[in-house]
Amino acid sequence: MPYGPHTADDRGQMLAALGIDSVDALFDDIPASVRASGLDLPGPEPELLLARRLEGLAGRNRVDLASFLGAGVYRHFVPAAVDQVLSRGEFYTAYTPYQPEVSQGTLQTIFEYQSLLAELTGLPVVSASHYDGAAATAEAVLMTIRATGRNRVLISRAVHRHYVDTTVTYLSGGRYVLEELPTADDGTTDLDALERALAEGEPVAGVVLGQPNAFGVLEPMAQAAALAHAAGARFVAVVEPVSLAVLATPAEYGADIAAGEGQPLGIAPQYGGPYLGILACANELIRQIPGRLVGRALDLDGRRAYVMTLRAREQDIRRDKAASNICTNQALCALAATTYLAVIGPHGLRDVAAGGAAAARKLERALAAAGAPRIHGGAYLNEFCVRVPDAERVHAALLERGVLAGLAMARWFPRDAALRDALLVCATEVTSDDEIEKFASSLAEVLAASPAQVAA
Amino acid sequence: MTTEVRDGLRYTRDHEWLRAEGDEGVIGITAFAADELGDIVFVELPAVGRKLEKAGSFGVIESVKTASDLYAPVAGEVTAVNEALNASPELVNSDPYGDGWMIRVRIDDPASAAALLDADAYRELTAG
Repeated sequence: MPYGPHTADDRGQMLAALGIDSVDALFDDIPASVRASGLDLPGPEPELLLARRLEGLAGRNRVDLASFLGAGVYRHFVPAAVDQVLSRGEFYTAYTPYQPEVSQGTLQTIFEYQSLLAELTGLPVVSASHYDGAAATAEAVLMTIRATGRNRVLISRAVHRHYVDTTVTYLSGGRYVLEELPTADDGTTDLDALERALAEGEPVAGVVLGQPNAFGVLEPMAQAAALAHAAGARFVAVVEPVSLAVLATPAEYGADIAAGEGQPLGIAPQYGGPYLGILACANELIRQIPGRLVGRALDLDGRRAYVMTLRAREQDIRRDKAASNICTNQALCALAATTYLAVIGPHGLRDVAAGGAAAARKLERALAAAGAPRIHGGAYLNEFCVRVPDAERVHAALLERGVLAGLAMARWFPRDAALRDALLVCATEVTSDDEIEKFASSLAEVLAASPAQVAA
Repeated sequence: MTTEVRDGLRYTRDHEWLRAEGDEGVIGITAFAADELGDIVFVELPAVGRKLEKAGSFGVIESVKTASDLYAPVAGEVTAVNEALNASPELVNSDPYGDGWMIRVRIDDPASAAALLDADAYRELTAG
């Protein structure tokens, strides 16, 4: 099959078959007022000049910083094997595996991805993946609505701010109600408030908590799940996949659905994407889960083969009755996650999580000694909030000194007085002692200096 | 290939059948419909107690290649659903008029069943 573009002859034949004179006629139904009139782009450039221009742009990215930024995206060491596998043309340019006869490689890797995430989450059904953690969370919320026939969902304010915002967008239209649950002083979701919210008002379809949550704090997931189930609601856990190597799994604490961001599994931070939406659920929800499902079957000769299965759930068949409009997955990112997990293995993943936890404790001690103690008392794994007066200004001053001091929480909670003076910082297994020392000493300098000196 | 059309039942143009016994009715889809759909993999049925409107959708039937609405031949209230279809949706293919039944209803207006196609009229409809 040739991959060249249409020739003028090809176009002529198609126009003749359609009985029209030009391609423009196909767009007649689009009002002239909304049609674009060309794009204002520069002309073609020689490769040398173009490469120079792009390198110049890339050079503006800061790659020299001691980074303590997490907030949903985490730096980990990625073994070289991941890139090698991803770069293979068979994977890198493969299209959607609609024809199993010619897509066994792709289908097998997706099946392996699903299997590995099923092991990590403990939940038996895993979709072939979604765009990112935000999309996965929103889809999980919609699943609870469909499964229960109820319209009200409770989500902790300590779920990742972007995931909450995306869920709000998905639910917009007036029929659904999304309520935020408050957090307690220790940084966990207020379970008394959850219990009250479940008891009063419209019946609740789903309860959503993050583990760890957006403050890095570990939530009482089993108790929250029990409260949700007692009220007939489904429980959604928004999880960080590396943490699943050392924390209780969603299945263990009774989650019906697990959503999350798969970036920490072998995908670099990449300035925001592309990332990997993880979505897993219990068996009884298998018809409600959106996205692709790859299954293992036998072909006519009795040989093992992989196929997309339960396809009639998907929107190209179910159309307006479908659970979601998704008809794709993040195949290459899922492959990165699969390769990463296969290369480092379960023990390796535990080491990654444990390494981050150990580094985070060193970080906590160093920052406390430098004048920035933890805000919350709840347990954490490798991320936490520290109190820093005028955090956004301090963050900028630290950036000047080559330290990316996490996330100023005022960006996510602009109206919260307590969090105005908070930085969300994290450490992973790649965080070095030198970096921690640099952060702590720079912070001490910045805190000791007057505002005028800091701004310089 | 002609598929079975059973005498004594009433039929809709959308290929549902109704076995009316006074104001009680049993509803399913015809052998013709099951044949057109292919292997049935899932049947989404309404809750008991649900009120149905004539020609309104009472569920969805899924085969390997498509998902289609199921339409109520008469208005009424669902009194029972065939739970066996959860584990064995293929019953719709193997025994569409018997074990592949879908819902029982209490018919609002028993006279309305007479307005549906009889077996001969349905044979004509599906012969062409």
